[in-house]
Amino acid sequence: MREKILSIIERNSRIDLKELAVILGVEETDVVNEMAAMEKEGIICGYHTMIDWEKTSVEKVTALIEVRVTPQRGQGFDNIAERIYKYPEVNSVYLISGGYDLLVTLEGKSLKEVSAFVSDKLSALDTVLSTATHFILKKYKDHGTILAKKYEDEREKITP
Amino acid sequence: MRNPLADKVVDIKPSGIRKFFDIVSEMEDAISLGVGEPDFDTPWHIRDEGIYSLEKGRTFYTSNAGLKDLKIEICNYMRRSQGIEYHYNDEVIVTVGGSEAIDIALRAMINDGEEVLIPQPSYVSYEPCAILANAVPVIIELKAENEFRLTAQELRDAITDKTKILILPFPNNPTGAIMEKEDLEKIAEVIIEKDIFVISDEIYAELTYKDKHVSIASLPGMRERTILINGFSKAYAMTGWRLGYACGPKEILGQMLKIHQFAIMCAPTTSQYAAVEALKNGDEDVNQMREAYNQRRRYLMYAFKEMGLECFEPFGAFYVFPCIKEFGMSSEEFADRFLREEKVAVVPGTAFGDCGEGFLRISYAYSLENLKIAIGKLKNFIERLRKEKEA
Repeated sequence: MREKILSIIERNSRIDLKELAVILGVEETDVVNEMAAMEKEGIICGYHTMIDWEKTSVEKVTALIEVRVTPQRGQGFDNIAERIYKYPEVNSVYLISGGYDLLVTLEGKSLKEVSAFVSDKLSALDTVLSTATHFILKKYKDHGTILAKKYEDEREKITP
Repeated sequence: MRNPLADKVVDIKPSGIRKFFDIVSEMEDAISLGVGEPDFDTPWHIRDEGIYSLEKGRTFYTSNAGLKDLKIEICNYMRRSQGIEYHYNDEVIVTVGGSEAIDIALRAMINDGEEVLIPQPSYVSYEPCAILANAVPVIIELKAENEFRLTAQELRDAITDKTKILILPFPNNPTGAIMEKEDLEKIAEVIIEKDIFVISDEIYAELTYKDKHVSIASLPGMRERTILINGFSKAYAMTGWRLGYACGPKEILGQMLKIHQFAIMCAPTTSQYAAVEALKNGDEDVNQMREAYNQRRRYLMYAFKEMGLECFEPFGAFYVFPCIKEFGMSSEEFADRFLREEKVAVVPGTAFGDCGEGFLRISYAYSLENLKIAIGKLKNFIERLRKEKEA
């Protein structure tokens, strides 16, 4: 049941719990209990909202920053990752296999603000060897939701 | 001038859906629950394979019966899903939708005046196809109290000396009914005893919400007397690709192939390449779509219960078939008023046979959000009808 609850609320965290129970064919109290348990266990970490900021008047730039670092003895990458993720402007930090070590995503008001962060804060960390910053120009799809195009039902209205 | 037309064609009634379609198309803002095809797009990897085949210039005819790779995949699918062995070489024909398979099976097997048993409510094409094949269609009226399954007794009662074929349309459009293994075993006994054949339309085979679908062809003694029809439209959301298939004993398939060869040549090549990908790598897509349909099905059953609308629980396809007899009007009247007053289109049960009277087909090939809006309107409507009745 957990996987099914998760796959639904991952797309729609505002779903009514009664309705969730109905479509899964289980009791509402079971859904409520499972959700509470998963929140406690840290499986459910939050209930966020997908926003297409492009459609608002808010100016925002998002950057993906590839970071190469020197791992520290006994700490691996955890220490340096922590130093980076503690900055509130940092959205996500992933340890990556391949050509670099950490992928950092960052939101700022402007190009200038993001570059200031990279040069003044990120690059200044002594374990950071190099960074490469990519600015996102357009989001076509995010978290499994297509932003670029709206779904339209083009089927004939009545078919046998 | 002489009458240019064939009487048997002129005498065929136009589909009952047509009239409704005309009203709905004029209503800009109507919500429809009247569609008999998936709301999902064909999974991208399948579409991509179709596009790739075009890029590679695979725009020629395939062999009449279909691409070898596709026929092999169909046989693999039949083996893994039903445990039935078919020879890809002479026991599979890839057709233009399941509809073509129904047509050519009837035409290959019927001599003038032989009877074809058609359980109803069921898909609209069986009866006209039987007539066009010069068969005499004999309708078996399925009953709500049997959850619209075909019983051995009903079958036995309908068989005469002239009976040649039973069309077996399960999982069923429009009722959503299924036939489980025990149900099939009971009718198989009669079929074998009376020495008749079966055209089993299993286009909704992947969409069942109880145990996995069982084909009648998998029962002892039935493979040799069954034409099994399936396709890609419903399972993989590929209606527009027009691709189905028939499997069966080579003695029958060989004759069907002649009709297919001369009338059609071969099924669309692009679609066939895409279908290979569907069968090879599409299981997970089917699972996801089935789960989504099942959630909607549960929602509708719950909503009907809440509003006190009588409906047996269907375990197949993507339709529910609620009973509206309590309102004292015909299915067509109900659907007509519902459309005009609430702007929601449903299909009257009578579009699928006279015994669909008193029922509606509601499709759940729509998003939950859409279904919720439409069901809210249905609730308003039936509350109003109940008040009218009291007054």
